[in-house]
Amino acid sequence: MSLRVYAIAYLIFLYLPIFLLPLFAFNDSTIIAFPLDSLTFRWFYELWETPALHAAVQNSIFIAVLTAIFSTLLGICAARAAAKYEFPLKRPIMGLIMVPLVLPEIIVGVSLLVVVVQLLEWQLSTWTVVGAHVLICTPFSIAILNGAFQNMDTSLEEAAQDLGETPFSTFRLVTLPLVMPGIISSLLISFTISLDEFIIAFFLTGADPTMPVYIWGLLRFPQKLPAVMALGTILVLLSIILLTIAEYYRRRGLARAGLKDKGGFL
Amino acid sequence: MLISAPALYAILLLAVPLGAIFLFSFWTQDYLTLITTPTLANYQEAWNEPLYGLLLRRSLMISGAVTVATVLLAFPIAYFVSFHVRPERKSLWLFLITIPFWTSYLIRVFLWKVILGYNGVLNSGLSGLGLIDEPLTFILYNANAVVITLAHAFAPFAILPIFVALERIDRSLLEAGRDLGETKLMTFWRVTLPLAMPGVVAAVLIVFIPTIGDYVTPRLVGGPNGLMIANMIQTQFLKLNNAPMGAALAVVAMLFVSVIALGFVWLNRKFLRVKQ
Repeated sequence: MSLRVYAIAYLIFLYLPIFLLPLFAFNDSTIIAFPLDSLTFRWFYELWETPALHAAVQNSIFIAVLTAIFSTLLGICAARAAAKYEFPLKRPIMGLIMVPLVLPEIIVGVSLLVVVVQLLEWQLSTWTVVGAHVLICTPFSIAILNGAFQNMDTSLEEAAQDLGETPFSTFRLVTLPLVMPGIISSLLISFTISLDEFIIAFFLTGADPTMPVYIWGLLRFPQKLPAVMALGTILVLLSIILLTIAEYYRRRGLARAGLKDKGGFL
Repeated sequence: MLISAPALYAILLLAVPLGAIFLFSFWTQDYLTLITTPTLANYQEAWNEPLYGLLLRRSLMISGAVTVATVLLAFPIAYFVSFHVRPERKSLWLFLITIPFWTSYLIRVFLWKVILGYNGVLNSGLSGLGLIDEPLTFILYNANAVVITLAHAFAPFAILPIFVALERIDRSLLEAGRDLGETKLMTFWRVTLPLAMPGVVAAVLIVFIPTIGDYVTPRLVGGPNGLMIANMIQTQFLKLNNAPMGAALAVVAMLFVSVIALGFVWLNRKFLRVKQ
């Protein structure tokens, strides 16, 4: 019983910042503190009137969409290879691909910065951010897709091939539908990670800032903070919606594979 | 081969850049020109300049404290969800635990400043309840604030591996322990905890290693005495324009983190073997 009380207290600790966000977003005061003032929508209106923010959001969405697609494609290759084939150096190769999961993000950021700017002498751009985000999102994609691929009944594929399908059409008609929920879940999670990622983007972003880089700039100006709270409220809502959809597909994938839910994305 | 695409990607965008950082740390920079003669000058500077040593020690201390706090706070939650929540409700709990982690990192960290501040939510709440007369000042713009904020940010990273390890424990082993006359507490100590150790080790590593590289939290809530080595690495690269020095500091930081992490894994193995 006391454990349940602790668990609820812990959830309150986890959700404390998120609960505060809408309070300040609708609060008619430029100071982010209690007591609250009257209700207002003007901070949301201010967001609507800020073209620089719109450019940053568009840039971030562009990066997040590309990241989601590329990291999921790489994730499919790796999860499929890991589940189906044995190859030399399997463990070290898979290990290397999964390293970004534990590597401090600043290391990824500065090492790519050195290569791009100092060694290759390229310009930083949206693409450098995409490259880095794909690197850090691929392990998450693999973790999600591993479940889908490893639990697939391989006799289904064999049956399709016995019935005259080519390897490619087998993949398209049998394998892909079975792992589709995992793929959708992976796309959504990669999208969410990329959209929110700041530490690496700060090093690698070019002339057009991403949304978190733009928010970082705003945090220095006290009069901009209520608008940041409004933006945060929208982002929290958006990511809860995306994650709920991702969770729904993850569970459906497990149900399709006939498995019990062990829970969790990681 | 299927694996070649992701493997090649990881080699080109991860292994090669890491190699480049290592190489770079032996070079020097004179304003805008890069001097590519290999030298240990950066490492000597890192060793001799007290500020770097101070930042590194502090970073390791803060990361260590964050790890201990996060894992200790997380274990009961993972235990609760694994042993006391009905199976069909487990994924809902895990989902609830992970949601805050995915939502706007920068704004979350900033809000901790609002919560912990002099006129913040915590202080006004506590004084409103009559529990304190003066606002608490030891919780913002210092290392404590960094620890609290990072413990919040990394919570799911600690809970999930421990949960997975607890889920794997064969429940009949616990019954066997009880049947053989152990108390509940002793069964936990002698059966559950050793079997959960792989999850705890994973949690420690996945919290300890990345936290050393966070520069956002120290910058926003740490104040001058809460800055960490990652802030210095960032400054070297982006403000002082001394990439080789930044690279050397990154290599040194990674070296210390790896040695401590490996040492921890080794100690844990030794400890568990003795227990068996």
